[in-house]
Amino acid sequence: MEQQLKQIEQEAIAEIAACTDLKELNDVRVKYLGKKGSITEVLKGMGKLSPEERPKIGALANTVREKVTQELEQRAKVLEQQQIQEQLEKESVDVTLPGRKVRTGNRHPLTRVVEELEDLFISMGYEVAEGPEVETDYYNFEALNLPKGHPARDMQDTFYITEETLLRTHTSPVQARTMLAKKGKPFRIICPGKVYRRDTDDATHSHQFMQIEGLVVGENIRMSDLKGTLDKLAKRMFGEDREIRLRPSFFPFTEPSVEMDISCFRCGGNGCNVCKHTGWIEILGAGMVHPNVLQMGGYDPKKFSGFAFGIGVERIAMLKYGVEDIRNFYIDDIRFLSQFRRAEG
Amino acid sequence: MLVSLKWLQEYVDIEDISPEELAEKITRAGIEVDSVIDRSQGMTNIVVGHVLSKEKHPDADKLSICKVDVGTDVRQIICGAPNVEAGQKVIVALPGAKLPGGIKIKKAKMRGQESNGMICSLQELGIEGRVVPKAFADGIYVLPDDAVPGSDALELIGLRDTVLELDLTPNRSDALSMLGVAYEVGAILSRDVNFPEIKYETSKEKAEDYIKVRVDATKENPLYAAKVIKNVKVAESPLWLQHYLMAAGIRPHNNVVDITNFVLLEYGQPLHAFDYDSLGTGEIVVRLAKEGEKIVTLDDQERTLKSHHLVITNGNEPVAVAGVMGGANSEVTEDTTTVVLEAAYFEGLSVRTTSKDLGLRSDSSVRFEKGVDPNRVLEAQERAAQLLCELAGGEVLEGTVLVDELDKTPARIVISPDEINAKLGMKIPLDDMISILQRLKFDVEAKRGLLVIDVPTRRQDIKIEEDIIEEIARLYGYDEIPLTLPEGKMHIGGLTPYQQKRRIVRNFLEGAGLYQAITYSLTSEEWSQKFALKKEETTKLLMPMSEERSTLRQSLIPHLLEAASYNLARQADSVALYEIGSVFLGKTEEGLPFEEEHVAFVITGKWVDDAWLGDKRNADFFTAKGIVEGLLEKLGLTERITYEKGTMEGLHPGQTANILLDGERVGIIGGLHPSERKEWDLKETYVVELNLHALLRAEAKGVEYDPVPRFPLVTRDVAVEVDRTVPAGELEAIILNSGTKLLKAVKVFDVYEGENIEAGKKSVAFTLTYFDPERTLTDEEVANAHDKVLNALKAAGAAIR
Repeated sequence: MEQQLKQIEQEAIAEIAACTDLKELNDVRVKYLGKKGSITEVLKGMGKLSPEERPKIGALANTVREKVTQELEQRAKVLEQQQIQEQLEKESVDVTLPGRKVRTGNRHPLTRVVEELEDLFISMGYEVAEGPEVETDYYNFEALNLPKGHPARDMQDTFYITEETLLRTHTSPVQARTMLAKKGKPFRIICPGKVYRRDTDDATHSHQFMQIEGLVVGENIRMSDLKGTLDKLAKRMFGEDREIRLRPSFFPFTEPSVEMDISCFRCGGNGCNVCKHTGWIEILGAGMVHPNVLQMGGYDPKKFSGFAFGIGVERIAMLKYGVEDIRNFYIDDIRFLSQFRRAEG
Repeated sequence: MLVSLKWLQEYVDIEDISPEELAEKITRAGIEVDSVIDRSQGMTNIVVGHVLSKEKHPDADKLSICKVDVGTDVRQIICGAPNVEAGQKVIVALPGAKLPGGIKIKKAKMRGQESNGMICSLQELGIEGRVVPKAFADGIYVLPDDAVPGSDALELIGLRDTVLELDLTPNRSDALSMLGVAYEVGAILSRDVNFPEIKYETSKEKAEDYIKVRVDATKENPLYAAKVIKNVKVAESPLWLQHYLMAAGIRPHNNVVDITNFVLLEYGQPLHAFDYDSLGTGEIVVRLAKEGEKIVTLDDQERTLKSHHLVITNGNEPVAVAGVMGGANSEVTEDTTTVVLEAAYFEGLSVRTTSKDLGLRSDSSVRFEKGVDPNRVLEAQERAAQLLCELAGGEVLEGTVLVDELDKTPARIVISPDEINAKLGMKIPLDDMISILQRLKFDVEAKRGLLVIDVPTRRQDIKIEEDIIEEIARLYGYDEIPLTLPEGKMHIGGLTPYQQKRRIVRNFLEGAGLYQAITYSLTSEEWSQKFALKKEETTKLLMPMSEERSTLRQSLIPHLLEAASYNLARQADSVALYEIGSVFLGKTEEGLPFEEEHVAFVITGKWVDDAWLGDKRNADFFTAKGIVEGLLEKLGLTERITYEKGTMEGLHPGQTANILLDGERVGIIGGLHPSERKEWDLKETYVVELNLHALLRAEAKGVEYDPVPRFPLVTRDVAVEVDRTVPAGELEAIILNSGTKLLKAVKVFDVYEGENIEAGKKSVAFTLTYFDPERTLTDEEVANAHDKVLNALKAAGAAIR
């Protein structure tokens, strides 16, 4: 019997070693350790043994069982390892292949500029006002100190709808509308929007374009406040090291009126193609709100003052991104639009 | 305005300052100098030549062989100009000379004959053809006989000069004259202005014996002055005068016309000279034209007048369109001996209207339109009379025949220096303010802490306190203004809820794969209502520039399709564009269209393109719908939205859905109709347009928090067989309304037609989710709830599979 047990042990160890997967291994376990397994069978024959032999054989049988169990466990570990290894190999990918594309679009560059300016002015306490694109002659011109027959109406060629209605030629009519809506209270607004002029579309002209109007009305609003505000704008849009300069100009709805130049962001003021070798780039027009405009808006010019500015969004975008042809903004070529996807702090 | 610095020097001393420096100072003080033009353009070796002889070239019909004395020597020059003659003094470009346009003069042989230089036309020296005197327009320029051979020809013809091109804003019409510019430069440089001295002897005869003046329209013409000059010898003007005019961009004609133009440029006061004899009646009557009255103007065009146009007549017929252009019937010609010199103040708006109506702008109308100086009308006339004496041998009759109702009082402005500083945010000392106003030659006095200013009438733009503030600030220097920010009450800025949501819409759509487009609001009449959600009265331009930009749009889709087509034609394999913009509908009380903000998008071509993963799919109806659903979910409107089969011209009848908010149509999703695809050159394309205005104004559900479920969900599937025309949405509605509170969600997971399904029928399978937040549901509870659903479906005629 002792002989038999030793043989079983050897056979079991050999078979365990020969197993190539966990199922085979389980079969081996059943064959030797199961209810009808060979070790169990041997132990069933114990009754025939002498009382002296019994403990001895019993101990031996247990040793064999333990040994086989141990072998089984060890083999199982190895096989499990092997199986995981195989799975890992099977599941491996070429990490250099491209990922599944997440389809995204992005803002139009003009909206990008508008939102950037909106956010800057919101941070300075401004509201964003909007107004209609089809306007009355009154709001577009007369309320802005441009009565009928005023020579300055030549400055802008207008798309009229009727004698009295037109496509707004600037965002300034929102000034007049806002003043009436605010009913004599101080306010700060900017108004972005589409405007229209009778121009033939070419590289630098567009019959439709975008402006942002800014207007601050309050007590003791000074021209230095305008200059300080424009300085913030220039630095935000074109870099902290920009300098600004104001030049006297003329707009019927502001007095004094100015044009703002910024020091050239390309050459820093030394002269290059962008600034036409002057070191300065014209960015926008502005001024102190004309007393007639305040008056028509329901504000007493003796008590209130204000400043206003008007920014050409296309011009800013063209300068900022180096866009060479204004028509690009309205063709909506994806090869153009998709260039404005990256975030900028 | 073109300003010759040589000419300007006659009124203000600018000799010690370079043209560039002067230009910069003028620009910084408020008048933009567009360009600084060196009239000599770097030319050298251009001298006066004396043509001693002229012979025909033996081998070329059109060429002449000239012997020319150029001071240093006599040389042979071949000349092709038809007007070259022996005895002329001409302009010679010697070998080595450089002419504008990069032309270099070399010794050359022309058809075998040596040529040692070139006899020049003015155009060859860079003068615009349109200002060259007619006599020399097609040939070489001939100098006066007293020109000295070998001397600098450029000096003689005024090309040793620099011209500043001023870009004047409409308010600065005072700078439409040399004297006006001199005042400005004088103020900037703090220098005096020298006026021409006007002095001449008058004849004993009286002007009033020759001419009568009557003005029937004193509103349009409050001042009219006529002088009579006899014995005028019409001839060429002296060279300096001609070249001043050319430098200013005006073509010289004859001394009389040139003198009126010269004074127009010098004083900014337009003048007109009539031929007294052609006038015929000894009378000037200024009146409004008769409707349809005709006049041939100096440019030989017949003009038909309207009853609001002002005309100068001889009592019978018009002889000039007032302030705009003279008539051909009274033009000064070579035969003229007596001249009526008109100086007048014509009201700006009247001249502007006439000039606009006739499509005729002149140097004269431009100045009247903006308002000439009331106090210089007569002075300018005297100046011209003097020049007619000096340069045309004229005899000025005594007196001026005058109708004068013009107000010439200067504007008085009273302002406190503190207010000036308060408005500017500066601390300019009072003395500096006074000194600036004095530099401007404004009459200023400090009285009881106030500045009392009488503004000369030449500065018609200075009317109110703010104008004075601007004058002081611009000459003090805008660089001196400090940088401050508005003080006072705290303002809280921000976007309105509508504006915030609009940004959310942009973010969502871009995240969903769409690029933002901006297209034109103006479109063709045909496209203006194409794909429109609402067709209402359209808004059309009075005078469109083209048919394709004539009408405001009522849908954003056509231009998006145009952009899609443009992109596909340029090798894009997919297009996904959205736009947010207004459509223009009908008319409100204000007479303006109602502007309704819409959002639209177009998708076509590849949508998923991970080909190496075997994952490739084109955009389809459900791609579009998925984006819409996602957007409406984001806006918190899902529960109020329904979709129904819809129709729209241009869209596929089997692929069109109306989007309803509380039962009202607020949008449309559709596949482009195959015949439209052809027209736009597009493949399968899907479009969406939503009334953004309605969606963003609708009261939306915000965040509503529910505790995270602690009990399990139970799901049950059900498949039903129905007619293939029954919409899945209808079945879903039946399930949701079957009356069980435990049902939390319904989701379609399969739609099937074909084998095992009766023809004309389809199977739709749903996953239903049951849930109670308070406890775990028992099988029985779920079964009861599910039975209710099944019964509802059966009751509606669906067969449960």
